[in-house]
Amino acid sequence: MGSSGSGKSTLLNVIGILDNYDEGEFFLDGKLIRDLNETQAAKLRNKTLGFVFQSFNLIAFKNALENVALPLYYQGIKRKKRNIIAMEYLDKVGLRDWAHHLPGELSGGEKQRVAIARALIAQPKVILADEPTGALDSQTSLEVIQLLREVNLTGITVIIVTHEHDISTLTDRIIHIKDGVIGENIIVEKMKQN
Amino acid sequence: MFDLDKWQEIFATIRKNKLRTFLTGFSVAWGIFMLIVLLGSGNGLQNGVEYQFKSDATNTIWLNPGSTTMAFKGMKPGRQINFTNEDYMFVKENIPGVEEISARYYFWENRIISYKKQFGSFDLICVHPDMQVIEKIIIDQGRKLNQIDLLRNRKVVIIGLPVKEALFKNGENPLGEYIRVNGVPFKVVGVFTDRSDRDQQRLYLPISTAQMIFNGGNKIHNLTITTNVSVEESEVLEQTLRTKLAKLHRFNSEDKSALYIGNTLKEFKQFQNMFMGIKLFVTVIGLFTIIAGVVGVSNIMIIVVNERTKEIGIRKAIGATPWSVIFLIIFESVIITAFAGYFGLVGGIGLLELVNKFMPASDFFRNPEVDFNIAVSATLVLVLSGMLAGLFPAIKAARIRPVIALRDE
Repeated sequence: MGSSGSGKSTLLNVIGILDNYDEGEFFLDGKLIRDLNETQAAKLRNKTLGFVFQSFNLIAFKNALENVALPLYYQGIKRKKRNIIAMEYLDKVGLRDWAHHLPGELSGGEKQRVAIARALIAQPKVILADEPTGALDSQTSLEVIQLLREVNLTGITVIIVTHEHDISTLTDRIIHIKDGVIGENIIVEKMKQN
Repeated sequence: MFDLDKWQEIFATIRKNKLRTFLTGFSVAWGIFMLIVLLGSGNGLQNGVEYQFKSDATNTIWLNPGSTTMAFKGMKPGRQINFTNEDYMFVKENIPGVEEISARYYFWENRIISYKKQFGSFDLICVHPDMQVIEKIIIDQGRKLNQIDLLRNRKVVIIGLPVKEALFKNGENPLGEYIRVNGVPFKVVGVFTDRSDRDQQRLYLPISTAQMIFNGGNKIHNLTITTNVSVEESEVLEQTLRTKLAKLHRFNSEDKSALYIGNTLKEFKQFQNMFMGIKLFVTVIGLFTIIAGVVGVSNIMIIVVNERTKEIGIRKAIGATPWSVIFLIIFESVIITAFAGYFGLVGGIGLLELVNKFMPASDFFRNPEVDFNIAVSATLVLVLSGMLAGLFPAIKAARIRPVIALRDE
């Protein structure tokens, strides 16, 4: 966590291969990520990373089911099959009945759950969440974090960028960033025991 | 390329962005539609006038005697000039550049034609055989009039198809039958058609027979010649004819109303020039219509890509490769322009067909048609330009780093 402008989103984008970095080295899954071309980056993102954004970033003209299924489309999985899988994941986030609604017809919390289902569907190794609760009220925020918590328990690493103290206390480990430099590194023991 | 899933993804995008699709499509369809209608109308105009011209030979000069308006060598103006068989012979033998020549002798009154109990009134035109070439008649049954008919003053006649239909009911064969022309029996030796409907409502008789039977003496009403010379030379020929006939008939060669001369060569040339102008005009407008369509498509494609920057960012974040982004945009544009172009094409041709079917062919408008190759190429040009117009913004979009695209609001 860190205050705005501290560089936490930039770090997350670098981890997500959405942005380039100027110095240092970044290993993802044991592989040095440097000067990848767009196609390689796209494949890596598709297979190993899942994204959750503050502004949800769902495609407005696609319904919840199609949004969730989209990563599988880019893996070349057939429509029928990917829709079945997408439905499973929507069910996991409790939105089975909303599958055929457009993002515009969903509440903020529901949209974020759709986004989480989309991030999960490709069975990534890491979920990157950039201020996932930034546009949500505190009750919904809690539900979303709870959901990400459950995801984490299935063995997927979840990295959350936030500037809210309440949210950070719900994680296993808090890394503080200030002016682009990593500072305190706190392991939250009580969550580990949970 | 023919991955069904990719197409489904594109069609889904098209279906869900109806307004955008409609606007792109409409500009293309409208451009093609206008182009087709424009080209078709231009051709219709040309076909109409050309058809009119081509019902007769387009290299004829005709001479009609009139009455003088100028005094000449002591003779008062107002004197009637008359042609006779000698004028026919004179022009035929003394004027170089004459190919076919025929005199005409008309009946102005008592044109009663009958067969058994059927009567009709049609134009009776008494001619030399050459007239059949000049009028470009097409023999439907039997034969044309020939030189022997003339030499022997045979009482034979060829009749136009409408004449046959009026006189010979129940599909009787007219050949060899005798019809009465002002009470005199003439044997039908041929039935003809002519591209000009008015020129079909006629009977052609050998001029020598007619002069003999109907007290024509050696009088003729008109001389028509064809020539194979150029337009410029035909004007010289015109002048020669005027001077020589003026001398023969003793009138002032400047006196235009003593002798009327028509020159279809010159008229046809003028029409050809006019149509070249119209064609050029239509082509230029057509080109500009296409350019307008291309600009329209390009504009919309640029807007579309800008509008979709965020969507592209999202797609890239979840694993879209640059190529898949380019493919998505290009093929969307190609599909829309191809379909819209097709609709414009069908609409335009449909309209022309309707006009063709329900508007009677007139002398000025006939058979509006479009060169199908031109129509299809125009559509292809638009589709291709839609593709190019989409390509550059698509490549640009595919190159943007996803983080920038995602930031785009």
